Amino acid sequence: MNSRYFFISCLLPLAAFSFAFLALPLVRLLFASIDSELGFGIYLEILTNARYMNSLLYTVLLSIAVTIAALFISTTAGLFLVRNHFPGHRVLIAVLTFPLAFPGVVIGFLIILLGGRQGLTNMLAQNLFDTRVIFAYSMTGLFLGYLYFSIPRVLLTVMAAAEKLDLSLEEAARSLGASPTKVLRDVILPALTPALIASGAIAFATAMGAFGTAFTLATNIDVLPMIIYTEFTLSANIAMSCALSVVLGLVTWILLIFSRSLTGNNVAAAG
Amino acid sequence: MLLQRGNKMRNISPSFTFQLAVTLLACAFLLVPAVMSIMAGFTANYFKGISSGLTIKWIIEVWELYADSIGRSIILAIACLFFTLIIGIPAAYALNQMKPRFARILEEFVSLPLSIPGLALALALLQLYGTMSGFRLSSWFILTGHVLYTLPFMIRSVLAIFTAIDLKALEEGASSLGASSWQRFKDIAVPNALPGILAGSLTVVTLSIGEFNLTWMLHTPLTKTLPVGLADSYASMRLEIASAYTLVFFIMIVPLLVALQWLSTRTQKIGESR
Repeated sequence: MNSRYFFISCLLPLAAFSFAFLALPLVRLLFASIDSELGFGIYLEILTNARYMNSLLYTVLLSIAVTIAALFISTTAGLFLVRNHFPGHRVLIAVLTFPLAFPGVVIGFLIILLGGRQGLTNMLAQNLFDTRVIFAYSMTGLFLGYLYFSIPRVLLTVMAAAEKLDLSLEEAARSLGASPTKVLRDVILPALTPALIASGAIAFATAMGAFGTAFTLATNIDVLPMIIYTEFTLSANIAMSCALSVVLGLVTWILLIFSRSLTGNNVAAAG
Repeated sequence: MLLQRGNKMRNISPSFTFQLAVTLLACAFLLVPAVMSIMAGFTANYFKGISSGLTIKWIIEVWELYADSIGRSIILAIACLFFTLIIGIPAAYALNQMKPRFARILEEFVSLPLSIPGLALALALLQLYGTMSGFRLSSWFILTGHVLYTLPFMIRSVLAIFTAIDLKALEEGASSLGASSWQRFKDIAVPNALPGILAGSLTVVTLSIGEFNLTWMLHTPLTKTLPVGLADSYASMRLEIASAYTLVFFIMIVPLLVALQWLSTRTQKIGESR
Protein backbone atom coordinates (compact mmCIF):
# COMPACT_ATOMS: atom_id res chain seq x y z
CA MET A 1 0.00 0.00 0.00
CA ASN A 2 1.18 3.47 -0.84
CA SER A 3 2.25 5.30 2.32
CA ARG A 4 0.10 8.34 1.48
CA TYR A 5 -3.03 6.15 1.32
CA PHE A 6 -2.03 4.42 4.52
CA PHE A 7 -1.64 7.76 6.28
CA ILE A 8 -5.12 8.83 5.14
CA SER A 9 -6.74 5.56 6.16
CA CYS A 10 -5.20 5.95 9.62
CA LEU A 11 -6.90 9.31 10.01
CA LEU A 12 -10.21 8.29 8.45
CA PRO A 13 -11.88 6.66 11.48
CA LEU A 14 -11.02 9.66 13.66
CA ALA A 15 -12.17 12.14 11.04
CA ALA A 16 -15.49 10.36 10.49
CA PHE A 17 -16.21 9.95 14.21
CA SER A 18 -15.24 13.50 15.21
CA PHE A 19 -17.19 15.01 12.34
CA ALA A 20 -20.39 13.10 13.04
CA PHE A 21 -20.35 13.19 16.83
CA LEU A 22 -18.37 16.30 17.72
CA ALA A 23 -18.31 18.93 14.95
CA LEU A 24 -21.89 18.53 13.74
CA PRO A 25 -23.49 18.33 17.22
CA LEU A 26 -21.60 21.43 18.39
CA VAL A 27 -22.75 23.38 15.34
CA ARG A 28 -26.28 22.13 15.96
CA LEU A 29 -26.03 23.28 19.60
CA LEU A 30 -25.14 26.78 18.43
CA PHE A 31 -28.11 26.85 16.04
CA ALA A 32 -30.47 25.42 18.67
CA SER A 33 -29.46 28.23 21.04
CA ILE A 34 -30.73 30.93 18.61
CA ASP A 35 -33.76 28.89 17.59
CA SER A 36 -36.34 30.92 19.53
CA GLU A 37 -38.14 34.21 18.89
CA LEU A 38 -35.22 35.95 20.63
CA GLY A 39 -32.63 34.82 18.08
CA PHE A 40 -29.16 36.01 19.05
CA GLY A 41 -30.93 38.22 21.59
CA ILE A 42 -30.99 35.18 23.87
CA TYR A 43 -27.37 35.93 24.79
CA LEU A 44 -28.47 39.45 25.76
CA GLU A 45 -31.27 37.88 27.80
CA ILE A 46 -28.66 35.93 29.81
CA LEU A 47 -26.90 39.19 30.65
CA THR A 48 -30.08 40.93 31.80
CA ASN A 49 -31.80 38.05 33.64
CA ALA A 50 -31.05 38.24 37.38
CA ARG A 51 -31.43 34.49 37.93
CA TYR A 52 -28.88 33.56 35.26
CA MET A 53 -26.45 36.29 36.26
CA ASN A 54 -26.69 35.37 39.95
CA SER A 55 -26.07 31.75 39.08
CA LEU A 56 -23.10 32.73 36.93
CA LEU A 57 -21.75 34.87 39.75
CA TYR A 58 -22.15 32.09 42.36
CA THR A 59 -20.53 29.56 40.07
CA VAL A 60 -17.57 31.84 39.31
CA LEU A 61 -17.05 32.79 42.98
CA LEU A 62 -17.32 29.16 44.10
CA SER A 63 -14.88 28.07 41.41
CA ILE A 64 -12.39 30.80 42.34
CA ALA A 65 -12.55 29.85 46.03
CA VAL A 66 -12.11 26.16 45.23
CA THR A 67 -9.20 26.90 42.88
CA ILE A 68 -7.34 28.97 45.50
CA ALA A 69 -7.88 26.36 48.23
CA ALA A 70 -6.87 23.48 45.93
CA LEU A 71 -3.74 25.35 44.77
CA PHE A 72 -2.70 26.01 48.36
CA ILE A 73 -3.30 22.46 49.62
CA SER A 74 -1.95 20.64 46.57
CA THR A 75 1.18 22.79 46.23
CA THR A 76 2.02 22.27 49.90
CA ALA A 77 1.35 18.53 49.76
CA GLY A 78 2.90 18.12 46.30
CA LEU A 79 6.20 19.80 47.26
CA PHE A 80 6.26 17.78 50.47
CA LEU A 81 5.70 14.46 48.69
CA VAL A 82 8.29 15.17 45.99
CA ARG A 83 10.95 16.24 48.52
CA ASN A 84 10.41 13.67 51.26
CA HIS A 85 10.45 9.93 50.73
CA PHE A 86 9.32 7.74 53.58
CA PRO A 87 7.49 4.44 54.11
CA GLY A 88 3.90 4.83 52.98
CA HIS A 89 4.86 7.60 50.54
CA ARG A 90 3.24 5.82 47.58
CA VAL A 91 0.08 5.16 49.61
CA LEU A 92 -0.32 8.87 50.38
CA ILE A 93 0.10 9.71 46.68
CA ALA A 94 -2.51 7.07 45.84
CA VAL A 95 -4.97 8.46 48.39
CA LEU A 96 -4.47 11.98 47.04
CA THR A 97 -4.81 11.07 43.35
CA PHE A 98 -7.37 8.23 43.15
CA PRO A 99 -10.38 10.56 43.58
CA LEU A 100 -9.54 11.81 40.08
CA ALA A 101 -11.56 8.84 38.81
CA PHE A 102 -14.56 9.30 41.11
CA PRO A 103 -17.69 10.59 39.36
CA GLY A 104 -19.18 13.79 40.76
CA VAL A 105 -22.22 11.92 42.09
CA VAL A 106 -20.02 9.71 44.28
CA ILE A 107 -18.21 12.77 45.65
CA GLY A 108 -21.56 14.37 46.45
CA PHE A 109 -22.51 11.25 48.40
CA LEU A 110 -19.18 11.28 50.29
CA ILE A 111 -19.85 14.90 51.32
CA ILE A 112 -23.29 13.84 52.56
CA LEU A 113 -21.57 11.16 54.67
CA LEU A 114 -19.37 13.90 56.13
CA GLY A 115 -21.82 16.72 56.60
CA GLY A 116 -25.32 15.44 55.86
CA ARG A 117 -28.19 14.76 58.25
CA GLN A 118 -26.78 11.34 59.14
CA GLY A 119 -23.22 12.56 58.56
CA LEU A 120 -20.09 12.27 60.66
CA THR A 121 -19.95 15.86 61.92
CA ASN A 122 -23.62 15.92 62.80
CA MET A 123 -23.37 12.69 64.79
CA LEU A 124 -20.23 13.88 66.59
CA ALA A 125 -21.79 17.28 67.32
CA GLN A 126 -24.97 15.68 68.65
CA ASN A 127 -23.11 13.26 70.90
CA LEU A 128 -20.49 15.67 72.18
CA PHE A 129 -22.12 19.09 72.22
CA ASP A 130 -25.80 18.33 71.70
CA THR A 131 -25.99 20.59 68.63
CA ARG A 132 -26.62 19.94 64.97
CA VAL A 133 -23.93 20.52 62.36
CA ILE A 134 -25.21 19.99 58.82
CA PHE A 135 -23.34 21.63 55.96
CA ALA A 136 -23.64 19.20 53.04
CA TYR A 137 -26.59 20.94 51.41
CA SER A 138 -25.16 24.47 51.63
CA MET A 139 -22.42 26.43 49.86
CA THR A 140 -19.94 24.78 52.28
CA GLY A 141 -20.97 21.34 51.03
CA LEU A 142 -20.55 22.39 47.42
CA PHE A 143 -17.17 23.96 48.22
CA LEU A 144 -15.90 20.81 49.96
CA GLY A 145 -17.23 18.55 47.20
CA TYR A 146 -15.55 20.63 44.50
CA LEU A 147 -12.37 20.77 46.58
CA TYR A 148 -12.47 16.97 46.80
CA PHE A 149 -12.17 16.51 43.04
CA SER A 150 -9.86 19.51 42.51
CA ILE A 151 -7.07 18.48 44.90
CA PRO A 152 -5.98 15.42 42.81
CA ARG A 153 -6.04 17.37 39.53
CA VAL A 154 -3.82 20.16 40.85
CA LEU A 155 -1.58 17.78 42.77
CA LEU A 156 -0.63 15.72 39.70
CA THR A 157 0.42 18.79 37.71
CA VAL A 158 2.30 20.38 40.62
CA MET A 159 4.17 17.16 41.43
CA ALA A 160 5.20 16.68 37.81
CA ALA A 161 6.57 20.24 37.75
CA ALA A 162 8.18 20.00 41.20
CA GLU A 163 10.14 16.92 40.14
CA LYS A 164 11.81 18.96 37.40
CA LEU A 165 12.90 21.83 39.68
CA ASP A 166 16.60 22.65 39.68
CA LEU A 167 17.74 21.91 43.23
CA SER A 168 21.07 23.71 42.76
CA LEU A 169 19.25 27.05 42.51
CA GLU A 170 17.72 26.54 45.95
CA GLU A 171 21.06 25.37 47.31
CA ALA A 172 22.68 28.54 45.94
CA ALA A 173 19.99 30.77 47.43
CA ARG A 174 20.40 29.08 50.79
CA SER A 175 24.17 29.30 50.80
CA LEU A 176 23.78 33.03 50.15
CA GLY A 177 21.80 33.21 53.37
CA ALA A 178 18.16 33.18 52.13
CA SER A 179 15.64 32.00 54.69
CA PRO A 180 13.34 29.02 53.83
CA THR A 181 10.44 31.44 53.31
CA LYS A 182 12.54 33.53 50.93
CA VAL A 183 13.66 30.43 49.02
CA LEU A 184 10.04 29.40 48.65
CA ARG A 185 8.89 32.87 47.58
CA ASP A 186 11.80 33.84 45.32
CA VAL A 187 13.01 30.50 43.91
CA ILE A 188 10.50 27.65 44.19
CA LEU A 189 7.18 29.41 43.53
CA PRO A 190 8.40 31.41 40.50
CA ALA A 191 9.68 28.16 38.97
CA LEU A 192 6.33 26.48 39.61
CA THR A 193 4.26 29.41 38.30
CA PRO A 194 3.44 27.94 34.85
CA ALA A 195 2.27 24.70 36.47
CA LEU A 196 0.26 26.61 39.06
CA ILE A 197 -1.48 28.71 36.40
CA ALA A 198 -2.17 25.63 34.28
CA SER A 199 -3.50 23.49 37.09
CA GLY A 200 -5.43 26.45 38.49
CA ALA A 201 -7.13 26.89 35.11
CA ILE A 202 -7.97 23.18 35.01
CA ALA A 203 -9.39 23.29 38.53
CA PHE A 204 -11.42 26.41 37.73
CA ALA A 205 -12.79 25.05 34.45
CA THR A 206 -13.66 21.71 36.07
CA ALA A 207 -15.47 23.44 38.92
CA MET A 208 -17.40 25.66 36.47
CA GLY A 209 -18.69 22.64 34.55
CA ALA A 210 -19.20 20.21 37.44
CA PHE A 211 -22.67 18.73 37.50
CA GLY A 212 -22.76 15.42 39.38
CA THR A 213 -21.75 16.78 42.79
CA ALA A 214 -24.28 19.61 42.77
CA PHE A 215 -26.89 17.17 41.46
CA THR A 216 -26.41 14.75 44.37
CA LEU A 217 -26.19 17.45 47.03
CA ALA A 218 -29.37 19.05 45.63
CA THR A 219 -28.50 22.34 47.27
CA ASN A 220 -30.70 25.40 46.99
CA ILE A 221 -27.78 27.25 45.38
CA ASP A 222 -28.15 26.91 41.64
CA VAL A 223 -24.77 26.54 39.99
CA LEU A 224 -24.76 27.13 36.24
CA PRO A 225 -24.78 23.44 35.16
CA MET A 226 -27.81 22.85 37.42
CA ILE A 227 -29.59 25.81 35.77
CA ILE A 228 -28.83 24.35 32.34
CA TYR A 229 -30.20 21.00 33.50
CA THR A 230 -33.41 22.43 34.96
CA GLU A 231 -33.98 24.70 31.95
CA PHE A 232 -33.72 21.65 29.73
CA THR A 233 -35.70 19.08 31.70
CA LEU A 234 -38.21 20.99 33.83
CA SER A 235 -38.84 24.20 31.90
CA ALA A 236 -38.25 22.66 28.45
CA ASN A 237 -36.54 25.96 27.61
CA ILE A 238 -34.28 24.27 25.08
CA ALA A 239 -32.91 27.39 23.41
CA MET A 240 -31.86 28.89 26.75
CA SER A 241 -30.25 25.68 28.00
CA CYS A 242 -28.31 25.50 24.73
CA ALA A 243 -27.26 29.16 24.94
CA LEU A 244 -26.06 28.73 28.53
CA SER A 245 -24.17 25.58 27.46
CA VAL A 246 -22.48 27.52 24.68
CA VAL A 247 -21.41 30.23 27.14
CA LEU A 248 -20.18 27.70 29.69
CA GLY A 249 -18.36 25.63 27.05
CA LEU A 250 -16.66 28.69 25.56
CA VAL A 251 -15.49 29.92 28.98
CA THR A 252 -13.96 26.58 30.01
CA TRP A 253 -12.50 25.89 26.57
CA ILE A 254 -10.76 29.27 26.24
CA LEU A 255 -9.39 28.96 29.77
CA LEU A 256 -7.94 25.54 29.07
CA ILE A 257 -6.40 26.58 25.74
CA PHE A 258 -4.71 29.35 27.68
CA SER A 259 -3.48 26.89 30.30
CA ARG A 260 -2.21 24.42 27.70
CA SER A 261 -0.27 27.16 25.95
CA LEU A 262 1.66 27.49 29.21
CA THR A 263 2.52 23.84 29.89
CA GLY A 264 1.25 21.52 27.18
CA ASN A 265 -0.22 19.44 29.96
CA ASN A 266 -3.83 18.62 30.65
CA VAL A 267 -5.83 16.60 33.11
CA ALA A 268 -9.43 15.83 32.34
CA ALA A 269 -12.11 18.29 33.24
CA ALA A 270 -14.68 15.80 34.42
CA GLY A 271 -16.60 15.69 37.69
CA MET B 1 29.10 16.22 57.44
CA LEU B 2 28.10 19.63 58.66
CA LEU B 3 25.83 20.10 55.67
CA GLN B 4 24.12 16.80 56.36
CA ARG B 5 23.41 17.78 59.92
CA GLY B 6 22.10 21.07 58.65
CA ASN B 7 19.71 19.23 56.35
CA LYS B 8 18.47 17.02 59.14
CA MET B 9 17.87 20.06 61.31
CA ARG B 10 15.84 21.63 58.54
CA ASN B 11 13.78 18.47 58.25
CA ILE B 12 12.13 19.00 61.60
CA SER B 13 11.68 22.73 61.13
CA PRO B 14 8.24 24.35 61.58
CA SER B 15 7.78 24.42 57.80
CA PHE B 16 8.30 20.64 57.63
CA THR B 17 5.69 20.11 60.33
CA PHE B 18 3.30 22.45 58.54
CA GLN B 19 3.71 20.69 55.20
CA LEU B 20 3.25 17.31 56.83
CA ALA B 21 0.11 18.51 58.62
CA VAL B 22 -1.44 19.88 55.41
CA THR B 23 -0.61 16.68 53.53
CA LEU B 24 -2.09 14.44 56.21
CA LEU B 25 -5.18 16.62 56.59
CA ALA B 26 -5.78 16.51 52.83
CA CYS B 27 -5.38 12.71 52.90
CA ALA B 28 -7.83 12.47 55.80
CA PHE B 29 -10.33 14.68 54.00
CA LEU B 30 -10.23 12.44 50.92
CA LEU B 31 -9.98 9.14 52.75
CA VAL B 32 -12.34 9.43 55.75
CA PRO B 33 -15.64 9.72 53.83
CA ALA B 34 -14.57 6.93 51.44
CA VAL B 35 -13.82 4.65 54.40
CA MET B 36 -17.10 5.65 56.04
CA SER B 37 -18.95 4.72 52.88
CA ILE B 38 -17.21 1.34 52.75
CA MET B 39 -18.04 0.67 56.39
CA ALA B 40 -21.65 1.79 56.01
CA GLY B 41 -22.02 -0.72 53.17
CA PHE B 42 -21.20 -3.54 55.60
CA THR B 43 -23.10 -2.23 58.64
CA ALA B 44 -26.48 -3.78 59.51
CA ASN B 45 -27.88 -0.45 60.71
CA TYR B 46 -25.84 2.68 60.06
CA PHE B 47 -27.87 4.75 62.51
CA LYS B 48 -27.00 2.44 65.39
CA GLY B 49 -23.40 2.16 64.26
CA ILE B 50 -21.05 -0.74 63.72
CA SER B 51 -22.28 -2.41 66.97
CA SER B 52 -25.46 -3.40 65.13
CA GLY B 53 -23.35 -6.01 63.37
CA LEU B 54 -21.64 -6.59 60.04
CA THR B 55 -23.55 -7.92 57.08
CA ILE B 56 -23.30 -8.44 53.35
CA LYS B 57 -27.05 -8.32 52.86
CA TRP B 58 -26.86 -4.76 51.47
CA ILE B 59 -24.38 -5.84 48.83
CA ILE B 60 -26.65 -8.73 47.87
CA GLU B 61 -29.55 -6.30 47.68
CA VAL B 62 -27.52 -3.98 45.46
CA TRP B 63 -26.81 -6.90 43.20
CA GLU B 64 -30.50 -7.75 42.97
CA LEU B 65 -31.51 -4.15 42.32
CA TYR B 66 -28.73 -2.98 40.04
CA ALA B 67 -27.07 -6.03 38.42
CA ASP B 68 -28.29 -4.98 34.98
CA SER B 69 -26.87 -1.45 35.21
CA ILE B 70 -23.55 -2.79 36.54
CA GLY B 71 -23.45 -5.30 33.69
CA ARG B 72 -24.29 -2.61 31.14
CA SER B 73 -21.44 -0.44 32.44
CA ILE B 74 -18.95 -3.28 32.06
CA ILE B 75 -20.09 -4.05 28.51
CA LEU B 76 -20.05 -0.33 27.64
CA ALA B 77 -16.51 0.03 29.04
CA ILE B 78 -15.27 -2.91 26.93
CA ALA B 79 -17.01 -1.62 23.80
CA CYS B 80 -15.67 1.87 24.49
CA LEU B 81 -12.16 0.44 24.81
CA PHE B 82 -12.57 -1.41 21.51
CA PHE B 83 -13.59 1.74 19.63
CA THR B 84 -10.99 4.00 21.23
CA LEU B 85 -8.32 1.43 20.29
CA ILE B 86 -9.32 1.13 16.63
CA ILE B 87 -9.84 4.87 16.22
CA GLY B 88 -7.14 6.12 18.59
CA ILE B 89 -4.02 4.10 17.73
CA PRO B 90 -4.07 4.79 13.96
CA ALA B 91 -4.99 8.41 14.70
CA ALA B 92 -2.03 8.86 17.05
CA TYR B 93 0.21 7.25 14.43
CA ALA B 94 -1.01 9.67 11.76
CA LEU B 95 -0.80 12.68 14.10
CA ASN B 96 2.82 11.80 14.78
CA GLN B 97 3.58 12.00 11.06
CA MET B 98 1.76 15.25 10.43
CA LYS B 99 3.27 18.70 10.41
CA PRO B 100 3.32 19.77 14.10
CA ARG B 101 1.11 22.79 13.41
CA PHE B 102 -1.70 20.72 11.82
CA ALA B 103 -1.32 17.97 14.40
CA ARG B 104 -1.77 20.52 17.19
CA ILE B 105 -4.95 21.94 15.66
CA LEU B 106 -6.43 18.49 15.09
CA GLU B 107 -5.47 17.33 18.59
CA GLU B 108 -7.01 20.48 20.04
CA PHE B 109 -10.22 19.75 18.18
CA VAL B 110 -10.58 16.11 19.20
CA SER B 111 -9.69 17.08 22.78
CA LEU B 112 -12.64 19.47 22.98
CA PRO B 113 -14.65 16.92 25.04
CA LEU B 114 -12.06 17.35 27.81
CA SER B 115 -12.62 21.10 27.98
CA ILE B 116 -16.34 21.40 27.32
CA PRO B 117 -18.54 20.26 30.25
CA GLY B 118 -20.22 16.90 29.67
CA LEU B 119 -23.63 18.48 30.08
CA ALA B 120 -23.05 20.78 27.09
CA LEU B 121 -21.75 17.91 24.94
CA ALA B 122 -24.73 15.75 25.85
CA LEU B 123 -27.11 18.57 24.93
CA ALA B 124 -25.34 18.92 21.58
CA LEU B 125 -25.70 15.19 20.87
CA LEU B 126 -29.35 15.28 21.94
CA GLN B 127 -30.11 18.24 19.68
CA LEU B 128 -28.70 16.46 16.64
CA TYR B 129 -29.63 12.82 17.24
CA GLY B 130 -32.49 13.07 19.76
CA THR B 131 -35.10 12.47 17.09
CA MET B 132 -33.47 9.31 15.68
CA SER B 133 -35.29 7.17 18.21
CA GLY B 134 -33.67 3.86 17.26
CA PHE B 135 -30.24 5.30 18.01
CA ARG B 136 -31.30 7.57 20.86
CA LEU B 137 -33.03 4.80 22.85
CA SER B 138 -30.22 2.27 22.54
CA SER B 139 -27.02 1.84 24.52
CA TRP B 140 -25.15 2.90 21.36
CA PHE B 141 -26.10 6.49 22.14
CA ILE B 142 -24.38 6.30 25.52
CA LEU B 143 -21.43 4.49 23.94
CA THR B 144 -21.03 7.39 21.50
CA GLY B 145 -20.76 9.79 24.44
CA HIS B 146 -18.23 7.58 26.22
CA VAL B 147 -16.02 7.19 23.13
CA LEU B 148 -16.21 10.95 22.54
CA TYR B 149 -15.05 11.65 26.08
CA THR B 150 -12.34 8.95 26.42
CA LEU B 151 -10.82 9.03 22.91
CA PRO B 152 -8.54 12.03 23.65
CA PHE B 153 -6.96 10.10 26.53
CA MET B 154 -6.12 7.15 24.28
CA ILE B 155 -4.72 9.38 21.53
CA ARG B 156 -2.58 11.42 23.94
CA SER B 157 -1.31 8.37 25.79
CA VAL B 158 -0.17 6.65 22.56
CA LEU B 159 1.09 9.84 20.94
CA ALA B 160 3.23 10.59 24.01
CA ILE B 161 5.12 7.32 23.46
CA PHE B 162 5.52 7.91 19.71
CA THR B 163 7.13 11.29 20.31
CA ALA B 164 9.27 10.01 23.22
CA ILE B 165 10.84 7.08 21.33
CA ASP B 166 11.58 8.94 18.08
CA LEU B 167 9.48 6.59 15.99
CA LYS B 168 10.47 8.30 12.75
CA ALA B 169 14.11 7.19 13.07
CA LEU B 170 13.05 3.59 13.76
CA GLU B 171 10.70 3.64 10.80
CA GLU B 172 13.28 5.06 8.42
CA GLY B 173 15.49 2.11 9.26
CA ALA B 174 12.71 -0.36 8.54
CA SER B 175 11.70 1.50 5.41
CA SER B 176 15.21 1.31 3.98
CA LEU B 177 15.01 -2.45 4.46
CA GLY B 178 11.83 -2.52 2.35
CA ALA B 179 9.08 -2.67 4.99
CA SER B 180 5.67 -1.47 3.76
CA SER B 181 3.58 1.15 5.57
CA TRP B 182 1.33 -1.49 7.09
CA GLN B 183 4.30 -3.61 8.21
CA ARG B 184 5.96 -0.60 9.82
CA PHE B 185 2.74 0.26 11.66
CA LYS B 186 2.06 -3.31 12.79
CA ASP B 187 5.64 -4.46 13.57
CA ILE B 188 7.29 -1.27 14.82
CA ALA B 189 4.79 1.41 15.85
CA VAL B 190 2.25 -0.71 17.75
CA PRO B 191 4.69 -2.95 19.68
CA ASN B 192 6.74 0.08 20.74
CA ALA B 193 3.63 1.95 21.84
CA LEU B 194 2.38 -0.89 24.07
CA PRO B 195 3.02 0.88 27.41
CA GLY B 196 1.07 3.90 26.13
CA ILE B 197 -1.71 1.69 24.74
CA LEU B 198 -1.97 -0.09 28.09
CA ALA B 199 -2.04 3.15 30.09
CA GLY B 200 -4.58 4.61 27.66
CA SER B 201 -6.73 1.46 27.92
CA LEU B 202 -6.78 1.53 31.72
CA THR B 203 -7.73 5.22 31.66
CA VAL B 204 -10.48 4.65 29.10
CA VAL B 205 -12.05 1.77 31.05
CA THR B 206 -11.83 3.63 34.38
CA LEU B 207 -13.41 6.79 32.94
CA SER B 208 -16.10 4.91 31.05
CA ILE B 209 -17.19 3.01 34.16
CA GLY B 210 -17.43 6.24 36.17
CA GLU B 211 -18.84 8.58 33.50
CA PHE B 212 -21.93 10.40 34.77
CA ASN B 213 -22.36 13.92 33.34
CA LEU B 214 -22.88 12.81 29.73
CA THR B 215 -24.56 9.53 30.59
CA TRP B 216 -27.16 11.11 32.85
CA MET B 217 -28.46 13.15 29.91
CA LEU B 218 -28.13 10.37 27.32
CA HIS B 219 -29.60 7.43 29.24
CA THR B 220 -33.17 6.16 29.14
CA PRO B 221 -34.92 4.13 31.87
CA LEU B 222 -33.89 1.03 29.92
CA THR B 223 -30.25 2.00 29.44
CA LYS B 224 -29.10 2.85 32.98
CA THR B 225 -25.40 2.54 33.79
CA LEU B 226 -23.63 2.04 37.10
CA PRO B 227 -23.21 5.77 37.95
CA VAL B 228 -26.78 6.51 36.85
CA GLY B 229 -27.89 3.77 39.25
CA LEU B 230 -25.69 5.35 41.92
CA ALA B 231 -27.45 8.71 41.53
CA ASP B 232 -30.75 6.84 41.71
CA SER B 233 -29.75 5.02 44.91
CA TYR B 234 -28.46 8.24 46.54
CA ALA B 235 -31.80 9.89 45.90
CA SER B 236 -34.17 7.09 46.80
CA MET B 237 -32.53 4.24 48.74
CA ARG B 238 -31.50 3.93 52.36
CA LEU B 239 -27.96 4.98 53.21
CA GLU B 240 -26.67 1.42 53.64
CA ILE B 241 -27.71 0.39 50.12
CA ALA B 242 -26.27 3.58 48.63
CA SER B 243 -23.02 2.86 50.49
CA ALA B 244 -22.92 -0.78 49.44
CA TYR B 245 -23.42 0.29 45.82
CA THR B 246 -20.61 2.85 46.15
CA LEU B 247 -18.49 0.05 47.56
CA VAL B 248 -19.18 -2.09 44.47
CA PHE B 249 -18.03 0.88 42.35
CA PHE B 250 -14.81 1.23 44.39
CA ILE B 251 -14.11 -2.49 44.07
CA MET B 252 -14.40 -2.14 40.29
CA ILE B 253 -12.18 0.91 39.78
CA VAL B 254 -9.53 0.70 42.52
CA PRO B 255 -7.67 -2.25 40.90
CA LEU B 256 -7.64 -0.27 37.63
CA LEU B 257 -6.24 2.77 39.43
CA VAL B 258 -3.56 0.75 41.24
CA ALA B 259 -2.52 -0.75 37.89
CA LEU B 260 -2.36 2.73 36.35
CA GLN B 261 -0.18 4.08 39.15
CA TRP B 262 2.15 1.09 38.90
CA LEU B 263 2.35 1.50 35.14
CA SER B 264 3.03 5.23 35.29
CA THR B 265 5.99 4.81 37.67
CA ARG B 266 7.31 2.06 35.40
CA THR B 267 7.04 4.10 32.20
CA GLN B 268 8.67 7.01 34.00
CA LYS B 269 11.63 4.74 34.73
CA ILE B 270 11.74 3.63 31.08
CA GLY B 271 11.76 7.28 30.05
CA GLU B 272 14.61 8.05 32.45
CA SER B 273 16.78 5.16 31.30
CA ARG B 274 16.51 6.14 27.64
